[in-house]
Amino acid sequence: MVDKSAIGATDDPFTMVVECGKVREFARATMSGHPDYLESENPVIPPTFLTTVSFWSPPGQSVFSKVKMDLRRLLHGGQEYTFHGPPPVAGTKLTVQTRVADIYEKEGKRGGTMTFVITISEFRDESGVLVAEAKSTAIETGKPATTAAGA
Amino acid sequence: MTSWDDLTIGATVPDREYGPISRTDIVQYQGASGDFNPIHHDDEFAQSAGYPGAFSVGMLQAGILASYATDWLGPRNVRTFGVQFREQVWPGDRLVCSGTVVGRDELARTVDLELIAARVGGGAAIKGHATFAVE
Repeated sequence: MVDKSAIGATDDPFTMVVECGKVREFARATMSGHPDYLESENPVIPPTFLTTVSFWSPPGQSVFSKVKMDLRRLLHGGQEYTFHGPPPVAGTKLTVQTRVADIYEKEGKRGGTMTFVITISEFRDESGVLVAEAKSTAIETGKPATTAAGA
Repeated sequence: MTSWDDLTIGATVPDREYGPISRTDIVQYQGASGDFNPIHHDDEFAQSAGYPGAFSVGMLQAGILASYATDWLGPRNVRTFGVQFREQVWPGDRLVCSGTVVGRDELARTVDLELIAARVGGGAAIKGHATFAVE
């Protein structure tokens, strides 16, 4: 059961360096052949690369531990990235903080209430400038995920 | 590189086919992203959750659609990229990516794109949108 009082909750900011090898590995895994990723000395990150950051955060830090979603009924509904200029390049030290921006319910087409959890991660460079944002929509379905769309 | 004058509303990106998506492609993405959810590579685990078998990571096909767009208009030029997940993608699926210019900001010199990654023989797996700066 989703805990609506988690709206506004944040995790502790943490810092990570964008690594050249991870950028190339990610570009290859997402089937890009572009030299700006694969050959440039300072490759920019691919648009969806920032999602990987959620797997680099210190253990037990995720804001999702405060939302209390049922993992068996969890779907990834959507994902959106905004870059305030060219995407960050390898070598950039990014500080990220994630907050629960909203939680709301909708009636599902197949019956059952779907709960939407919106989180926003803000990425700042070493001088504190906001360089990128990632907005994620997670859905807790009314029934187990088996027949629902999504991934 | 496509020029500003070519990017009129309704202009389309040539379709591009990716795949068939193999289990190795899925595992390679999981390694690159750090998302090791076993539902994407372990059939027994996926079946215990009620699925017919392991299925692709939504963010893999989202990433492929992003690569389709950035290979066209340039990795440094992307300003927004968003996706909605529709149909699941299964090992062996082929994906066709397509894109259309739907908006154009003369002052900011940006274009808005509508993007789709569709399963061959199926429906849309990913619906996306993006904004690119055009030099």
